[in-house]
Amino acid sequence: MSPVLSAVLKFFAALGIMLVNGVVMIYMLRKVLGHLHIRLGPMHVGWKGTMQTLMDVLKLLTKEDVTPRAVDRWLFRIAPAVVFVPSLMAYAALPFSNTWRIVDLDTGLLYTFAVLSLVPIGILMAGWASANKWSLLGGMRAAAQQIAYEVPLLLSVLPVVLVAGTMNLGGIVEAQQGYWLGFIPGWFALNPLMWPTLLVFMIAGLVEINQTPFDMSEGESEIVAGFATEYSAMKFGLLFLSEFSNQFIMSALGVTLFFGGWTLPWIPAEMNHAFGPVIFIAKAYIGIAVMMWIRGTFPRVRIDQLMELGWKRLIPVSLVLIMLTGLFVKVVG
Amino acid sequence: MSETVSPVMFLILAFATIGGAVMMLSTRNVVHAAFWLLEIMVATAGLYLLLSAEFLALVQVLVYAGAVSVLVLFVIMLTLRRREDAIRPYEPSWAGTIIAALFLGALYMAITRFVPVIAEMPEKVPGVADFGREMFTTWMLPFEVASLVLLAALVGAVWWSKGGDGR
Repeated sequence: MSPVLSAVLKFFAALGIMLVNGVVMIYMLRKVLGHLHIRLGPMHVGWKGTMQTLMDVLKLLTKEDVTPRAVDRWLFRIAPAVVFVPSLMAYAALPFSNTWRIVDLDTGLLYTFAVLSLVPIGILMAGWASANKWSLLGGMRAAAQQIAYEVPLLLSVLPVVLVAGTMNLGGIVEAQQGYWLGFIPGWFALNPLMWPTLLVFMIAGLVEINQTPFDMSEGESEIVAGFATEYSAMKFGLLFLSEFSNQFIMSALGVTLFFGGWTLPWIPAEMNHAFGPVIFIAKAYIGIAVMMWIRGTFPRVRIDQLMELGWKRLIPVSLVLIMLTGLFVKVVG
Repeated sequence: MSETVSPVMFLILAFATIGGAVMMLSTRNVVHAAFWLLEIMVATAGLYLLLSAEFLALVQVLVYAGAVSVLVLFVIMLTLRRREDAIRPYEPSWAGTIIAALFLGALYMAITRFVPVIAEMPEKVPGVADFGREMFTTWMLPFEVASLVLLAALVGAVWWSKGGDGR
C-alpha cells in the first residue's frame, strides 16, 4: 500500500475512533451517572435508550449556529478546531496492540503529552473570544490548571520511563510482561513501589483533562458552562467531542503505563496479539468508568485548593519519587 | 527520514513561521499577537521535525507552545483591566526605530558573513536515547550550569513576588 494512502486511512481510523468514542461515552456517562444516582438514565429511544445519543448528534448537527455580536470573530471560529485537532493527533502514538498503532514513535509518551498540552490553549482561546465574563473565567481556570499540573503529570510518568527504560509506549507495555513470584503479572500498577506514582498520575491526569472533581473550567454551578457558554450547535459539539476523546486518551495512557496495555496475564502470547485492540479498548473503557465513578462521587474542589495541591504537594512529591525510583533502578537493575 | 528536506513542506512551514511573525508584529491586539506567537512556535517545531530533530520538536511544542505561550496569554489577560485595552494604539518612536535599524544591521552582517558548517552526517539519525546519553555525559556540566541559572531565576521570582523582605 502506498504510504500516502495508508496515512489517509490511518487518519480516518483515528477520526472514526474519536467520533464513535464520543457517542459511546455520552451514553455511558448518562447510564453510569444515572445508576450512581439510583435512577435509570435514558430509557425511551431504542433498547434501554441506546439510540438516544445518536438522536442527540442529529440534534447538534441541525441546530442553529449562533455567533454573538460581541465575540472576537476569528478566535471564536478557530477555537473549537484548536481544541479538536490536538485531541485527534494524540491518537497517533497509542499502541492498540503490538502491530496496531498509527506510528511507532520512540518518543511516544512525550509526543502524547506535548500534543495534549495544546488543548487548554484552545479552551483559553474560546474563553477569551466569547467576550463573556463566565467564559473568560473558565478559560483562565483551564490555563491556570494546565500550568500548575503539566509539571506533576510529566514528572509522575518519569518513574515508569526509568523502570521501563524507554519512552516508546509499545516498549513500556513490553516492559510489563512476565510475572513476579511466578504468578503476579508484571504490570506497574501491581508494584507497590509504583502506587504513589500511579496516584500522582491519576490526580494530575484528571486535572489535565478537566474532569470532575477538577472541572472548574466548566463549573456549571458557578460560571454557567465556563468556556463553552457562548458556543452552540456543532462548535459546542466539537468542544465536547474532544473532551470525551481526551478522557479516552488519558485512560488509554494509564492503561499503557500501568496496566499492561494490550496484554492480559496468564494467556498465551498469540491470544494477546490476536485480541490486542479489543483488550486495550476494553481496559481503556474500564478506566473511563472509574473516572465516571469519581465524577458521580466527589464534589468539585475549590480552585485555590487545587493550585495549592499542585504546586506545594504534587511537584515535590513527584520529584522525590523520581529520585527514589532512580536510586532503586541503579541499585537493583 | 529522507536525506533531503522536502521543499514543499519546508516552504509551507517557512511561510507559516515568517507570515506568523509579520502578523504578530502588525496586529494591534495584544491577545491576537500572543496567539500568533503560539502559531510561530508550533511552525518552528515543524521545522525541527523536518530536520529529524524529533525530541527538540516535541520539547518545543511542550515547553514553548504548551507552557510559555499559555503563561504569556495568562499574564496579558490578567493585566488587561478592560477587554478594550487589548487593542493598543500605534505609537512610533525614534528610539524604537533606531533599535530596529541597529538590529537589522546586525542581522544583515550576520547573514552575509555566515559560513555554513556542513558536518558529516551520521549513519542513522540519532534517537532520543543517544541524545540523553550525550547530554548527561559529554554535556553534563553545561546542563547543570543551565539548570542552576534557571533555579536562581525561579528563587528570585518567588522572592520578588513576596515583596523582598520575607513578608
